[in-house]
Amino acid sequence: MKRYLLPLGLFLALASTLALGLKRVDPQALPSPLVGRPVPAFNLTQLDAPQTRITPAQFKGQVWVLNAWASWCVSCRKEHPVLLDLARKGVVPLVGFNYQDQREPGKQWLQKHGNPYQLTVFDEDGRVGMDLGIIGVPETFVIDKQGVIRHKHAGPVTAEWVQQTLLPLLKELQRG
Amino acid sequence: MAELLRWARQGLTASLWVLAATCAHAQPVVSPQDSGNAALELRVNQLASELRCLVCQNQTIADSHAELAVQLKNEVRTQLAQGRSDDEVRDFMVARYGDFVLYRPPVTTATALLWAGPAVLLLIGLGLLVQHIRARQRLEATSTSTLDSVWPEEPTPKEQA
Repeated sequence: MKRYLLPLGLFLALASTLALGLKRVDPQALPSPLVGRPVPAFNLTQLDAPQTRITPAQFKGQVWVLNAWASWCVSCRKEHPVLLDLARKGVVPLVGFNYQDQREPGKQWLQKHGNPYQLTVFDEDGRVGMDLGIIGVPETFVIDKQGVIRHKHAGPVTAEWVQQTLLPLLKELQRG
Repeated sequence: MAELLRWARQGLTASLWVLAATCAHAQPVVSPQDSGNAALELRVNQLASELRCLVCQNQTIADSHAELAVQLKNEVRTQLAQGRSDDEVRDFMVARYGDFVLYRPPVTTATALLWAGPAVLLLIGLGLLVQHIRARQRLEATSTSTLDSVWPEEPTPKEQA
């Protein structure tokens, strides 16, 4: 009897390890090394104003949310109502990050689906997106008053994410 | 019967077509940028084959056709051409995408088991083997008769032949 205990124990250990792996919500989700680090310094034009340049320094002193999207991105359409709703709440400035797109389709997309953003920066070639470690759109960053990235969400945001993650985090960051 | 043969032939032709299409797809593509500098391209390809494509995750950026992979490969080329070292380019990628981007993960507390695991298992195996041999030697020293019954000294039929 005793000689079966060791293999059985090993089997149970292996099975529970594999079960834990299966339980992960999104196996593609990766921890970002950028959380806890200052938002990369960029100098981009505004989507609807090619002469206006925007840098992250302009947002110092307030908590803000940077949302990467593109007119060619299908799941961005899915999260858009959530962002429009968030904008209506007026709890945090939303900054759009138009990733690997073209100006006209980008502007038309916002006209068609509604514009939740205070302003949108235009990253045509995706080079700044690379500095932000963007793997695919949509991705959403929460940035604190000191300009440090405090949270990153990959994939479309949901009403649950806003309720359970964003709003408590905003409360905490806006106090500090 | 003739019907069956025709089916088999059609099936074979179809699978050959699929195979041909797959092979064509797997051929290395000329990346959108090419410096024309063979030594540089070699370094780019070596480094790119150590970096993971974040979109497809099980391919290197050298193999992948994903837009991000092509873009990252071009970035590798640009930085190497500017005279940066391989390590500097690796650090650039890790700072943005994390250790996951490296196909050869660095030794950290999270990956210690991954790196030490095989050696630890080998040591455990060696330990068990030594224990087993010693036990057998002890057994041999105390009672040869028991062993004889398990391993008879007469040659096996195969050896006689």
